[in-house]
Amino acid sequence: MSTITCHQICKTFRQGDEIITGLDHVDITIETGEFVCLSGPSGSGKTTLLNAIGGLDTPDSGEISMGELRIDQLQRGPLADMRLHHIGFVFQAYNLIPVLSAQENVEFVMQVQGMATRERAKKARAILAEVGLEGLEKRRPAQLSGGQQQRVAVARAIVSQPDLVLADEPTANLDSVASAQLMELFTHLNQDHHVTFIIATHDKRVMRYARRLIRMQDGRIICDEAQG
Amino acid sequence: MLSVANLHLRTLLTLSWRNLWRNHRRTGIMLGAIAIGVWAMIFMTALMRGMVDDMLNQGIHNLPGHIQVQDPTYLDDPNVVNSIAAPGAELRNQLDQLGAAAWATRIKVPAVIASERETRGINLIGIEPAVEASISGLPALLASGRFLESDQDSGIIVGARLAERLETRLGKRVVIMSQDPDNNIRERGFRIVGIYRARLPALEEFNVYAARETLQKLLRIEGRISQLILVGDDYRDIAPLYRRLDQLLPSTLQARTWYQVDSYLAAMFNMMDGFVLVWVIIIFLALSFGLVNTLVMAIFERVREIGLIQALGMRPGLIVCQILLESLLLLLIGLGIGNGLALITIKPLESGLDISVVAEGMAMMGASSILYPKLTTADLLLANSIVIVLGILTSILPAWRAARLDPVRALNTT
Repeated sequence: MSTITCHQICKTFRQGDEIITGLDHVDITIETGEFVCLSGPSGSGKTTLLNAIGGLDTPDSGEISMGELRIDQLQRGPLADMRLHHIGFVFQAYNLIPVLSAQENVEFVMQVQGMATRERAKKARAILAEVGLEGLEKRRPAQLSGGQQQRVAVARAIVSQPDLVLADEPTANLDSVASAQLMELFTHLNQDHHVTFIIATHDKRVMRYARRLIRMQDGRIICDEAQG
Repeated sequence: MLSVANLHLRTLLTLSWRNLWRNHRRTGIMLGAIAIGVWAMIFMTALMRGMVDDMLNQGIHNLPGHIQVQDPTYLDDPNVVNSIAAPGAELRNQLDQLGAAAWATRIKVPAVIASERETRGINLIGIEPAVEASISGLPALLASGRFLESDQDSGIIVGARLAERLETRLGKRVVIMSQDPDNNIRERGFRIVGIYRARLPALEEFNVYAARETLQKLLRIEGRISQLILVGDDYRDIAPLYRRLDQLLPSTLQARTWYQVDSYLAAMFNMMDGFVLVWVIIIFLALSFGLVNTLVMAIFERVREIGLIQALGMRPGLIVCQILLESLLLLLIGLGIGNGLALITIKPLESGLDISVVAEGMAMMGASSILYPKLTTADLLLANSIVIVLGILTSILPAWRAARLDPVRALNTT
């Protein structure tokens, strides 16, 4: 995984006649293995920045690079490939595929990557056990609680050991115990496997795990500090 | 590479199959529509094909034959002068080995028939009784009396309507007059030994049948005939037989296929395939609205999910494939049911569907009042191919639009 560099990123949205500023000349560099939290009020640009780094949204101007690769210039296909092989997403609303079971949801990315059946099934079951969902592999999302669904989504995001995990309010629907377990897992992956984490959150409990805290407001970075 | 493609296919198949059944009712309704549409395509095509087949076969029987060989001037002037030499032993042997289902020689000249009361113009036809059943099916049309028993039989067979017009009946004598090659009038008395009923009333009034050798003697054309008639295995596939025959014949003789002899029959034959294609396409167009609507609704309900799988790294092309696969599965299941329904409804009707309420109209068209549905492999393949190909084509636009969704907007859809 290479350094992520954002240079003068701007992004606006139109809502009727109104122009909303999503990102306003954002500059940021994130090194491999960092554990970064983006905080700020709603509408500060946290999700927009995550989407831009993840290639889900194209900035109006500026450059986003992952090493030598200019993400902002990639076409849809190569962007999809980049996400598939290098990035894991955890969304606020769990976003599981409803017609697939928990295990199948976790296996989905590995299946698209082309991993062999036995290997990916083994990995999927292992990661589900790690997030505390052993025995629930065959259940469909509708048969799982909100917390369980979020854990399936997290398992899906990390099972193929991506270089970068982008998480948008991952603990929003979890209780404190589950949140703590989730953050412990993230920390373990970050420290032992050098997975880079960028987490957008309001949750102070989550912020405590971050080694770098970036505060945003009105699409700008107003504070960027290391944490102990 | 292949194993990755295989894995992708399995992933897509799993997603497509399960997505198909997310809304049982909608999928069930669409399947029903496809099945009924396909059934209608195949069933009606089989009925029409059977009707036209019957008309063509009847028309060809009346010509008669799939191929006719005669003097080039004979068709324009069916005069006894324009006769040809009867085939010798060598040619007969070659004709036997040609691969025709049957062949026969014929005399066919204009003549006059006179009873005690009436006189009529007719076509006097000299036949070979032993093979006539394979040529025109005349023996099966006999309503009363007997068929000619040999090439020298002295009886004649007339149509029921002609017998009425002549005010004569079975067993009575009539006189037949015609001309020989020297333009001398030749006449002879014949006893009516058989009366036939044809589908076309006009044929009953004009065609009178006698034994070939008897007519050759009457007209003083021993060793000569008007036509050589050949019948193949399938009127649709006559060209190979025609080519082989053409190589045997001298340039003084002209061989013509049934579609060259009768342009009306040829037009009907050519029109049928085009008609089937148009019919199938029209049915499909009616189905396509439902299919597109089903797909569009299915995609509309899954916008967020499509955004998710984009975010997870599924390429736009794979998303298109997944949706097309869903459409294909729907079509295949509908086709399976429709084909099954068609087969089980056509099978019992193979013994004939009686539509005698419209018998007179059918007779005017040269068709029987009993319809025999005819299901051909070509028609079956055509209907299924059209549904699949056009179905997939119809699905491309919704699938493409789904793959082009903005992932962020799609994910934020409630």
